Amino acid sequence: MKRIILSVFSITLLLSSCKKDDAPNYNSNVKADLSVEFDNVVGSSNLQLNTGSYTNGVGQSFNVTKLKYYVSNFVLTNVDGSVYTVPQKDCYFLIDESDATTYKPKLSIPEGEYKSLSFVLGVDSLRNTMDINQRTGVLDVSAAAADMYWSWNSGYIFFKIEGTSPGVAPFKYHVGGFGGYTTATTNNLRTFTLDLRTRGTAQVKSGKSANIHLFVDVLKAITGTTNMTFGTPAEIHSPTAGIPIANNYSSMIVHDHTEN
Amino acid sequence: MNRKHFIVIFIFVAGICACNKDVLEEIFQGFQKPINFPQPVYHFETNPITKERYELGRKLFYDPILSVDNTISCGSCHIQTSAFTHHGHSVSHGIFDSLGTRNSPPIMNLAWNTSFMWDGGIVDLDLQSIAPITNHIEMGETMPNVLQKLRASSTYPVLFEKAWGSQEITSNNFLKSLSQFMVMCVSSNSKYDSVSRNLGVSFTGDEQEGYTLVKQKCTPCHQEPLFTDYSFRNNGISISGVNDLGRGLVTQIDTDKYKFKVPSLRNLTYTAPYMHDGRFFTLEAVIDHYSNQVQNTPNLDPIFKQGGQLGISLTANEKQKIIVFLKTLNDKGFLFDKRFSEQ
Repeated sequence: MKRIILSVFSITLLLSSCKKDDAPNYNSNVKADLSVEFDNVVGSSNLQLNTGSYTNGVGQSFNVTKLKYYVSNFVLTNVDGSVYTVPQKDCYFLIDESDATTYKPKLSIPEGEYKSLSFVLGVDSLRNTMDINQRTGVLDVSAAAADMYWSWNSGYIFFKIEGTSPGVAPFKYHVGGFGGYTTATTNNLRTFTLDLRTRGTAQVKSGKSANIHLFVDVLKAITGTTNMTFGTPAEIHSPTAGIPIANNYSSMIVHDHTEN
Repeated sequence: MNRKHFIVIFIFVAGICACNKDVLEEIFQGFQKPINFPQPVYHFETNPITKERYELGRKLFYDPILSVDNTISCGSCHIQTSAFTHHGHSVSHGIFDSLGTRNSPPIMNLAWNTSFMWDGGIVDLDLQSIAPITNHIEMGETMPNVLQKLRASSTYPVLFEKAWGSQEITSNNFLKSLSQFMVMCVSSNSKYDSVSRNLGVSFTGDEQEGYTLVKQKCTPCHQEPLFTDYSFRNNGISISGVNDLGRGLVTQIDTDKYKFKVPSLRNLTYTAPYMHDGRFFTLEAVIDHYSNQVQNTPNLDPIFKQGGQLGISLTANEKQKIIVFLKTLNDKGFLFDKRFSEQ
């Protein structure tokens, strides 16, 4: 009897574990919520606007008074290899460190388990050249985008970091440049493709709310291939001047974990 | 025919004229392409012209509410009687009497412009107005604040509703209203146009000779019928202390440094001073520049260094005839067309 009980128990255990491994039944015809969290950090510290004190790559201490950037064009790859591209019109987000409601863009994607996430830092050239009536929400030049737009050289600012450092002029680094309208010019758009398998795939299912938690290390935007020195220059306001920062920030976003 | 008859006929004719005028004012004709002009490039399909939107755009154009201290309107530096330039100003004054670095260009025939500003930094007329409104030495405002002021005004919400079907004032309907006014400012009734359209007018001998010279010496840059090819070129004017890189500022490409957009030659009599910084006060000075003051600065257009010679060779007689012809490009009616005036 004891043996039988043990067997039954084992079988039950096996069955239930099988069921668990089998994961939820995904219905790819149904869309569910997925959020992608952009958690801004400075090296190994959480970013605290204004109050936090940090040190750059050349030993200057600094604080950050403003941090804003666009993310767009999200693409997710299912573990079965299928690819889902979030419709472009729903896919522009402005992450603003001073506004916690912007940290976790919400996407609506088909149920499934996803192994890879890709997105663009910036506003792609197509949207950058679209009719004004397509520039709504975070792209509205009279609202959210008012300080994220270059009027003199039509185009969005992709990434903006400002702050102060003792003894030098406040730094203002504004990076944009979508590659030009009629002439090929500087392109500071950067695409991030993050493999989620090591630190947790995203299980997207109705009634649940999976969250892909990313760390955005803004220290990397000002250190790295080019170590920015505050004060020289104090400000960056053009596509070409922004190239070193764009090159730096192309490695600033990593996948930390996924909350399923 | 006695005097009474005369009076009756006079009153009758006067009556017809008056009727006609009323009728003309009633009928809004929208955008009309002059028959001797090419197809416009402005995207009318996403901003179809209506009377109400155009009139709203005109009101906005002349309203200083668009500037931070409510003192400067678009019309302050784009004056109709100077073909919408700032006559007599090399560079314009903005808010708090600040000076810019460039000469305000005419607002005329913008429906054919492929880019805007002297450096072409703006690619769509609908995005153009943002630049002077937010420039700290021009109107110094912010877009959110401009829309806020319009929303709070007693007149604009109603006008936006009449024009756009909603009291909501957005970037889209605000900027497109301004575009409607600007694209409607078509200048196409110069003597040159009358000759082109075979309206029974012909050039004088000097004008005809000047016309031939312009076609020989001033093309392809100043191409008919708009007298510009909208390209960016360095025409060899000396580099000023401001060291304005022009097109090079926008593209940040070395070979674009010191290039500026080729301006139209229409209405030149009214749009002095000339060049991107208004450095030449007379047409004679401009033509003298081309004939013997061209400097071999970086990216000088190859047109100005043919045959080992800088500039364009012109005799005094040729210069004078070119100027005679250029005056046939004046369209005085445009300067006084009530449709384009502050109401």
